Amino acid sequence: MTLSAAAPAPLPVQPPSGCPFDPPPEFSALRTEEPITKISLADGSWAWLATRYADIRAILGDLRFSSDTTLAGYPLSGMTGGATAGEHRGFIRMDPPEHSRLRRMVTREFMVKRVEALRPEIQRITDELCDAMEREQGPVDLVEALALPVPSLVISLLLGVPYDDHGLFQRLTGTLLSRTVADDERALARTELRGYLDRLVTAKEAAPGDDILSRLIVEQQRTGEITHDDVTSFAALLLIAGHETTANMIGLSALTLMRDEESAGRLREDPALIRGAVEELLRFHSIIRNGPRRVATADIEIDGHLIRTGEGVVVAVPSANRDEDVFPDAGRLDVCRPNAQHHVAFGYGIHQCLGQALARVELQVVIGTLLRRFPALRPAVPVDEIPFRTDMSIYGCHALPVTW
Amino acid sequence: MKITIDADKCCAAGQCVLIAPEVFDQRDEDGVVVVLDDAPPADQHDAVREAAAICPAAVIELHA
Ligand code: HEM
Repeated sequence: MTLSAAAPAPLPVQPPSGCPFDPPPEFSALRTEEPITKISLADGSWAWLATRYADIRAILGDLRFSSDTTLAGYPLSGMTGGATAGEHRGFIRMDPPEHSRLRRMVTREFMVKRVEALRPEIQRITDELCDAMEREQGPVDLVEALALPVPSLVISLLLGVPYDDHGLFQRLTGTLLSRTVADDERALARTELRGYLDRLVTAKEAAPGDDILSRLIVEQQRTGEITHDDVTSFAALLLIAGHETTANMIGLSALTLMRDEESAGRLREDPALIRGAVEELLRFHSIIRNGPRRVATADIEIDGHLIRTGEGVVVAVPSANRDEDVFPDAGRLDVCRPNAQHHVAFGYGIHQCLGQALARVELQVVIGTLLRRFPALRPAVPVDEIPFRTDMSIYGCHALPVTW
Repeated sequence: MKITIDADKCCAAGQCVLIAPEVFDQRDEDGVVVVLDDAPPADQHDAVREAAAICPAAVIELHA
């Protein structure tokens, strides 16, 4: 490491020019030369950046690296999302035992068999949106027509949120996840969302239905395990975590398959390959670009570097998923890659994505349906005119004009 | 092969169920892992090893 007085380089976020699907090019050099390195954050503070697969699993799997955003030294600067750093931050930003207590209140809602039971409903939602697409004459924006509404409809259904409000969510989550909006604008959006969800929870307290929020109210809030505000925090976390993530994976996956006739052909011929292909697409795209983040609560040695108590760590998921030590020829999309599911696109450790089974089924259904119903699907503009989300914490396309 | 688990550590990510559904399940109350067969037949061993390797909370332990 150079011992200059200059501030370390900022967290790399720009894909290499002309290769919008690749992670920032700095990562591959860092993996071999400085797998644990210092980066500077927006407010001038610094944090460690980890880029190797093995180190990243070691960090995310070690409970001494805390997710608690209220701890001194947590690398908050430049972090986006719906949660505050304070009391109502949601269990994604907490440690055990509180994290485990709250997470376990909702794990059954997202377990594999529950999600599998939703598959027909997810297929129905997808088919209806595809019917609407078919009725359109000209090119459509696939993000608007399919990628955003599928996860939005699904999570609204699970939470019991009226779908009519989805325009509001889209606007607010867009602001919450943008790296380029000012902090006070993000704070305003957070307050607005919180206000809305607060009223929604109040309505459900009066008349509980058959949905996650109502079950939390009946089983946990009424028995004194959690408060009204906790239920609102659950709603905010699930809504934000499950919406734009899945939407952007749908958009990017569709685009890569449109440009890779060979892979698309294989999947069309043998739909049983779609399951594995989704794992590979998750690995290849690694849409989480601004974290996960942790703060050390002890002095811990990782790969020969001592990370001290109170120092922050940013974990580069896209880099881990392109680590050649684990994924040979990592820059190539191989829909039959035998170990694709070893990716860390959903994180690793006790915070590993709660909604992963749901995200997988949504992706499998949407990709399978697009391949089947729109075999001639193609971008309606040259790829260099597609607006990629280099300004957001979750990578993807802002819009994806397609024709068929 | 003998499987033991530390259910207290399980974060119910469900990956073991996807990889080795004949050996692992999730309990209805909270999605925590249940072992259906703690001494699975040889044709399940690869899948079980894979599940143990991927488990995000390192809950699955394998013994010879
Ligand atoms: C392709 C889509 C998705 C991706 C790439 C993704 C990625 C991630 C990642 C990397 C984490 C770990 C954060 C950390 O370690 O700090 C995470 C956590 C989480 N995700 Fe997802 N996610 C996706 C879809 C979903 C969906 C559909 C839901 C549910 C509705 C969801 C709900 C959550 C929740 C609640 C957490 C926090 C878990 C905890 O802290 O214990 N995610 N996700």
